[in-house]
Amino acid sequence: FFSLFFLVSFCSIAVSHSFFICSQQKELTSKKRDEFEDILEERRLSSDLRYAMKCYTPVIYKGLSPCKPNAIKSAVLQSEQVQYVIKQLAKEMGESPDIIQEEAMEILDEMGHSMQLGAVRFFAFTLSKIFKQLFQRVCVNEEGMQRLQHAIQEHPVVLLPSHRSYVDFLMLSYLLYTYDLALPVIAAGIDFLGMKIVGELLRRAGAFFMRRSFGGNRLYWAVFSEYVKTMLRSGYAPIEFFLEGTRSRTAKTLTPKFGLLSIVMEPFLKREVFDTYLVPISISYERILEESLYAYELLGVPKPKESTSGLLKARRILSDNFGTIHIYVGQPVSLRTLASGRINRCPYNLVPRHLPQKPSEDIQEFVSDVAYKMELLQIENMVLSPWVLVAAILLQNLPAMDFELLIEKTLWLKGLTQTFGGFIEWPDNLCARKAVLSGLTLHANIARLVDGHVVLNDKGLEDGAVGEIVFKRALAILMCATYRNQLLNVFVRPSLVAVALQMTRSFRKEEVYSCFSFLRDVFSDEFIFFPGISLKDFEEGCFLLTKCDAIQTSQQEIYPTDKGSVIVSFLSAMFKPFVEGYQLIFRYLSKETKEAFTEKQLIPGVRNFVFQLLEKGNTQCYEALSSDMQKNALAALVQLGAVKKKKIVETLLWDPATKFLNSLAGCFCLPLPFGFQSFSQGFDKQREQSCLFLIEGLLCVLE
Amino acid sequence: MLFLQFLGFGFFDFPKYILNPNASEQELLKWNGWGYNDSKFIFNKKGQAEFTGKRYRLGGMVLPTFKEWIEKTFGASLEHKTTSRASLNVNDVPPSIVNEEFLQDLRATKISYSQDAEDRVFRAHGHCLHEIFVLREGMFKRIPDIVVWPVCHEDVVKIVELACKHNLCIIPFGGGTSVSSALECPEEEKRTIVSLDTSQMNRILWIDEKNLTACVEAGIVGQDLEKQLAESGFCTGHEPDSMEFSSLGGWVATRASGMKKNIYGNIEDLVIHIKMVTPRGIVEKNCQVPRMSTGPDIHHFIMGSEGTLGVVTEVTIKIRPVPEYQKYGSVVFPNFERGVACLREVAKQRCAPASIRLVDNAQFQFGHALKPQVASIFTSFLDGLKKFYITKFKGFDPNILCVATLLFEGDREKVLQHEKQVYDIATKFGGLAAGEDNGQRGYMLTFVIAYIRDLGLDYYVIGESFETSVPWDRVLDLCRNVKERIVRECKEKGVQFAPLSTCRVTQTYDAGACVYFYFAFNYRGISDPIHVYEQIERAAREEILANGGSLSHHHGVGKLRKRWMKESISDVGLGMLRSVKEYVDPNNIFGNKNLL
Repeated sequence: FFSLFFLVSFCSIAVSHSFFICSQQKELTSKKRDEFEDILEERRLSSDLRYAMKCYTPVIYKGLSPCKPNAIKSAVLQSEQVQYVIKQLAKEMGESPDIIQEEAMEILDEMGHSMQLGAVRFFAFTLSKIFKQLFQRVCVNEEGMQRLQHAIQEHPVVLLPSHRSYVDFLMLSYLLYTYDLALPVIAAGIDFLGMKIVGELLRRAGAFFMRRSFGGNRLYWAVFSEYVKTMLRSGYAPIEFFLEGTRSRTAKTLTPKFGLLSIVMEPFLKREVFDTYLVPISISYERILEESLYAYELLGVPKPKESTSGLLKARRILSDNFGTIHIYVGQPVSLRTLASGRINRCPYNLVPRHLPQKPSEDIQEFVSDVAYKMELLQIENMVLSPWVLVAAILLQNLPAMDFELLIEKTLWLKGLTQTFGGFIEWPDNLCARKAVLSGLTLHANIARLVDGHVVLNDKGLEDGAVGEIVFKRALAILMCATYRNQLLNVFVRPSLVAVALQMTRSFRKEEVYSCFSFLRDVFSDEFIFFPGISLKDFEEGCFLLTKCDAIQTSQQEIYPTDKGSVIVSFLSAMFKPFVEGYQLIFRYLSKETKEAFTEKQLIPGVRNFVFQLLEKGNTQCYEALSSDMQKNALAALVQLGAVKKKKIVETLLWDPATKFLNSLAGCFCLPLPFGFQSFSQGFDKQREQSCLFLIEGLLCVLE
Repeated sequence: MLFLQFLGFGFFDFPKYILNPNASEQELLKWNGWGYNDSKFIFNKKGQAEFTGKRYRLGGMVLPTFKEWIEKTFGASLEHKTTSRASLNVNDVPPSIVNEEFLQDLRATKISYSQDAEDRVFRAHGHCLHEIFVLREGMFKRIPDIVVWPVCHEDVVKIVELACKHNLCIIPFGGGTSVSSALECPEEEKRTIVSLDTSQMNRILWIDEKNLTACVEAGIVGQDLEKQLAESGFCTGHEPDSMEFSSLGGWVATRASGMKKNIYGNIEDLVIHIKMVTPRGIVEKNCQVPRMSTGPDIHHFIMGSEGTLGVVTEVTIKIRPVPEYQKYGSVVFPNFERGVACLREVAKQRCAPASIRLVDNAQFQFGHALKPQVASIFTSFLDGLKKFYITKFKGFDPNILCVATLLFEGDREKVLQHEKQVYDIATKFGGLAAGEDNGQRGYMLTFVIAYIRDLGLDYYVIGESFETSVPWDRVLDLCRNVKERIVRECKEKGVQFAPLSTCRVTQTYDAGACVYFYFAFNYRGISDPIHVYEQIERAAREEILANGGSLSHHHGVGKLRKRWMKESISDVGLGMLRSVKEYVDPNNIFGNKNLL
């Protein structure tokens, strides 16, 4: 008991102390960002053919000794690393090394790129044509390109773009070609090879292909990682891959994958290169090409396999307008700088460097931190269009909203977003009405203006069956949410403070923080939080809320100001779909499932459950239908220890710790659960307390 | 001879202090720089560089391209000069505080001693950059209070006993060539500090031709040892770059390494028997055998103990007949990578000549800048031809190529055979034989480099060397990363001109190599150059460790590299060394605070 007391008092000291520091924090909005240039402008004025045939002499890495793609492959095959694994496998399987070597060669042939200038020029030409059709403008921060140019000469470079669309990597290569920079080699999913001609074309344009999962295959891992590292060490070309691993269907940044990042970090950690630059690149779309595909996919209509004919069918979208793309090339981040003071001593000193070695916990943690840092940098420089604000407001005012009010609110949200450090592209002279209108025009498929009201575009509402109405509506809401989602990572810290304030109904800082920290844990797969800095995030949230006069803080307390209640309730409403959605999913898990289940069983299960509730009108939380949210909630439950992951014969099973889950889900159901004894079993005190907050808070939100 | 005189002198009189028996030798040496007073680099009236004196092959020669090299490499200019104080200001020197009872006891032993300021300052430092800088522009905070000159083992026993009796601190002093701050007096030392100068213990006690060993007093200086052994037709073959000044005892105390270790071995391979005086008594083995299995080798507590345990007084060392024939050589490689690969192959085949070193391009150019004016048109024509052949005909890039220098030793026939073997290997790695002269100049550079530092100091250029050992597979990465780190750190610390950051692979072993770095920069515009210098040196050491290199291959730890000892040898390892120190010297009489 005493120790608990100590803990609490210590916490409060820590909180109040760090607030002091917080007040001295730099102004977040004062951050200087670069200007944009439209690269399509030039393309519209001069010949694409001449552009495709231009003299292309990119600057290259200073230590580069030029070589052909095939030379890289044979260097990889002959490398100590690969040879070692080949010998090991040969010994273990009793096979001749030649056979395994053959296998390695096949892997390399499947994987390897074969960059050719001809293919690059072909792309330069066709992409010019296509991009000009699709997009109004493609804006790039030129200073970023200049920084990149310097970086490429100095050290090996890894490009880390955000991933919202297939356009991402085409656009990036196109951009580097335009600026006469070395074209990157790009890690692409093996599924592209299913597209006959396009797959090979991409390969010649610098794509290399990785299988989706190869955890168990040592030979594949060895060949793949050595292939990537060889290209990196020699500075052959910038290496490009997506930290998010796949396109985000929700436009919310996905939690990072660590595999490839740890591979590209290894040459530096082993000191085979002096340094490596990681370049975060934020690519923001005013309108995402795949928006409706994504919505269908989230609702369980499967994603079409990549196929050339599919691509040709997609031709009709060429007649559509997809607005502007903003590409912000961030400041190259030196891996050496990141590692200094953290990974000082080479942990690889005592083992030959070519032996495959599982990274130590320190290093794994470091890789994870770097991954999150890079994603946060991507988020910081994502350009937000006025439409994003409109979508966020619209979703809180369904089914229809007065146009004038929408304009007024949009302007208000613009101010708030800027206070929170959001990067809004809103020309100085553009009036709010025009901005909203142009957003509505571009996104006519989502919402439209009817009699001075803006309504969601869920066509066929009247004539269909109840199920169809719900589905259509869900589709429109999910599409709209895709745009609101772009705001979420900017808003998440102050908003969770706001949610916590409402939930705890207390002004005591410790309690609010406890609740905040619990929410942050629950949503750790939903939003991007740098690991382990809950308190700092809380402080930042409070700081931002204080800055917009939404709350006042003292040593011990936080309370909303009179005019702040508007902001606080707006912010918590913004995140309400997530709180409610998670609640539904938890309820499903505790009520409807008894035994272990697979993900394939869970998703349709939850979907049906929510669907029925929606049909009956028992909930309005359409977003709970999103498979993305369902997966994230499951991951959160695994992390909280409410569900256990088991592997039985190649299938992953999730085993709900029924008792715990019952009590956890119980918390979310009204009325209050019977008693907390059973609940707290196997559950530490602090978390129990946080749960309590959550329950109370939910009560409040739901009322 | 000298010491007998003084013994006699001491016999009928007890003066306030007995004169420095080492005075005449001390006078030959610079008080504020490296080496002999008469040997130094100067710029003559024509503005050309010249090396004075007659002690070195370079002596009296004009070096026409050296000035340009300095200006180009460091952005230094002859117009911007700093000058050292001309002589020691005795008033600045901390006073000698010695208790009278000890002095009485000391006089009774008839061991020479001195409390003279110059004698004490001379023994208050080694040759680290910051030490020389202090000599030129400031004063040490703490220096020895008294210098004593034992002439034999028994004298040392007496001094150590007196130190224990009066609770004094002893810092042994050999040649004074330390580059690890090992000789610096701990500032916080309150006891009287006795500098125990071993220079008068410099006799060869006996030579055993049957077993090829010699018993030598530990104070003997390297070149004297070789000179005297040579009179009997022998040598030890131990030739560290400092051998003109460093002493046998110092080699033992730091685990020294010699240039020709491939034939003769490093100090740990050469030593057969050591006698050391400690506060606990004398430590030595009972026989002089090539090897024994009697628990951990106590020699290995002594070697590398850096004066923290006691004073090495006598050493029995292996000797060899003086080789019949010596031949220098050199090979040019198209780049450093090929050169390292060649050295690795030579090491693999275990056919390394007495010495084989690979200098990188910057150091090759450095060496080139020290080329004396050629006597005849013919030689200059030949040089031009050579250059043309290598750069134009063979396509070597003069800004990338690098050079290996070689030294062969043994009987003539074998040397020639050996030479062919090595050149054959070199050819496989794209190497071209580049003549004896280039090789010899390479070795000369190591002897005069310390003199060049003194010249640099006059023109705002400061520099130092440091070394490490590293496994073969990491040699290239370590060399590249450390050099790059230095360049970057200089830039970050506001150094205006890119520094000289160069390395050579200077020793080869079965499992790795020793790498030696030179690092220097022009410090104009920097207010605290020594601090900046030390930060950069520290960063370079961190880089070495991160690249899998060792804390030191042969310079030792001293006080300069102490902070990294724990991670170098683990907590337990450090504890082991501490417990030895605790037992041998519980009152920390040997309180130089090195190593631990």
